[in-house]
Amino acid sequence: MSDALAPLPAITDEVLRVENLSVHFPVGPSWPFGKPRATVKAVDGVSFSLKRGETLGLVGESGCGKSTTGLAALRMLQPTGGRIVFEGQDITGFDKARMRPLRRGMQMVYQDPYGSLNPRMRVRDLVGEPLAVHKLVSSQAEYDERVAGLLATVGLLPSMADRYPHEFSGGQRQRIGIARALALEPSLIICDEPVSALDVSIQAQVVNVLVDLQQRLGLSYLFIAHDLAVVRHISHRIAVMYLGRIVEIASRDDLYARPLHPYTQALMSAVPVADPEVERARPRIPVRGEVPSALRPPSGCRFHPRCPMATDVCKTVDPVLTSTGGGRAVACHLVHPPVTSAVAPSPMQHSSNESRVARTA
Amino acid sequence: MAEPLLRIRGLTTRFRTDRGHVTAVDGVSFDVDAGETVAIVGESGSGKSVTAMSIMRLIPSPPGRIEKGEILFDGQDLLKLTDAQMRAVRGNRIAMIFQEPMSSLNPALTVGYQIAEPVNLHRRTPWKQALERAVDLIGRVRMPDALSRRDAYPHQFSGGMRQRAMIAMAMACEPQLIIADEPTTALDVTVQAQILDLLKELATKANSALVLITHDLGVVARYADRVVVMYAGRVVETAPAMALYKNPKHPYTQGLMASVPRLDSDTTQRLIPIDGQPPDLAALPTGCAFAPRCRLAHDRCRAERPELTVVQGPEPRHQKACFADV
Repeated sequence: MSDALAPLPAITDEVLRVENLSVHFPVGPSWPFGKPRATVKAVDGVSFSLKRGETLGLVGESGCGKSTTGLAALRMLQPTGGRIVFEGQDITGFDKARMRPLRRGMQMVYQDPYGSLNPRMRVRDLVGEPLAVHKLVSSQAEYDERVAGLLATVGLLPSMADRYPHEFSGGQRQRIGIARALALEPSLIICDEPVSALDVSIQAQVVNVLVDLQQRLGLSYLFIAHDLAVVRHISHRIAVMYLGRIVEIASRDDLYARPLHPYTQALMSAVPVADPEVERARPRIPVRGEVPSALRPPSGCRFHPRCPMATDVCKTVDPVLTSTGGGRAVACHLVHPPVTSAVAPSPMQHSSNESRVARTA
Repeated sequence: MAEPLLRIRGLTTRFRTDRGHVTAVDGVSFDVDAGETVAIVGESGSGKSVTAMSIMRLIPSPPGRIEKGEILFDGQDLLKLTDAQMRAVRGNRIAMIFQEPMSSLNPALTVGYQIAEPVNLHRRTPWKQALERAVDLIGRVRMPDALSRRDAYPHQFSGGMRQRAMIAMAMACEPQLIIADEPTTALDVTVQAQILDLLKELATKANSALVLITHDLGVVARYADRVVVMYAGRVVETAPAMALYKNPKHPYTQGLMASVPRLDSDTTQRLIPIDGQPPDLAALPTGCAFAPRCRLAHDRCRAERPELTVVQGPEPRHQKACFADV
């Protein structure tokens, strides 16, 4: 894509920057020689950046494009448009050979601790395989030592190395997956719903392991989840996605204290708080219906058919993600930016740097 | 005090597995009053769904078997009914809503037919009127365009719409008791709120009691009058919702509440996880099943199984199964 993109910063503490990313999937005749009948715009103009040691939470309901964003950021899916900058390098056009050495720096932890571990491999090899692939160890003794160290890092016993995945519970398996991701000492880990398949009493164990590792190793996480309470606990900043777009991005405390986008507000009011006194006094922001198909996204603002506050302009004009100051940006016609800026920018205005986003022609 | 609508005593359900007998529900007792919402909370393997299936007498046998206990519904022991008598209860006086609406709706029949069927079957309403009643019910679960929805098939519906259809089906005969087993776990959070609000509202209107099975402490806080907490097939604590959240008395309940992050919790504090792993039902310890993970466990907990006893305090319906004084 020949977008007029800002020049790359020199050496920064920015680990990942995604600019105007789009991932479109052709949907169409199963017969191989037809033209695709339609396109699903799973991710449609998403931009964000991630600093060293930072966690960016990516939340939204099923089908909003959060997992696709994560996969595309690692180049495990080919983006349709936009740019991905990892550790200061534009990796958007890299081929497999050029990506391979970079893969050491970017790892993934998956949702399903049952499906993501090969049942025929021992824990030793699940965790140690990346070391062998990248030829980072020279002897069996060193290999065993590294594996033992990695298991200890995630709170498992070195003696567990000879067992198979089926001998472990979901929480322990997720730790194995984290140990495997850590083997190559990455700077970035994409966590795709890492705790949502776990029992509630176990989720906290895994969240704490991730937080500890970040503090010790300075890892950056892109933490993809639908559970707003877990995301709040682990993220420094949070981006809310809806139908392929970021509708709001803000620091954790700003977002939860005062959500600005009606969708963010609805999402938060829909999550019940585990305290009957608080919960039963909480106002509910009603949203109608369900998320529409990404094949035929609504005109104008994609949230307008469900929005309790939609006006006529929302039905026709697509709102652009616009900075409201303080590192916060919202894509909504109803949001008036704070009066601190001399000229109150209109919601249509295209502002600069980190809010310069979410526009596809 | 009036007799409760549902009175379960000592319910024990076992399954034969290739690892030996597994007691999925182990001496469970609790009551549900008419019109009341009782939440059963627990993690996977705690026995909450098997409890529900036992009440409905839907335990597949073999491998399962209800070994012991009483399920008194309106004074009548459901475990003593013949199959034909039980069929007259199911879908009529007790209705059930399952987690996965797609696999509990028949894909080959229209939604209207499936909603009308219990009306025709239990009320002996002629088909024509039963189908009219279905349209009325579809409207009451707030599906727009009820008439055309009646003739649609489940695959034409979204997840939320299917669950609305399930609720319409459950409400068709105005049951005294509705059992909802994780009714919104498969749904997105904004849809979850819509569905649960609807279910609670309709149950309240019809004065139906609601047994809500969930693992979500937030859902419990919002909808439940009373709560039954299960762990490894046993009830570990039961109390009115307010009392339980204010003053949880079982270490497992306390652990759950401390380990789950909330939208209003203090993010500077680390989460306090429950140590250890979920219990293996095929290899439960002799004493309290929670003892291996419990920070307060002592010798007696490991040797002897604690029974449910009333918690000293202002709340007579607050019970816990724990030797420790917490």
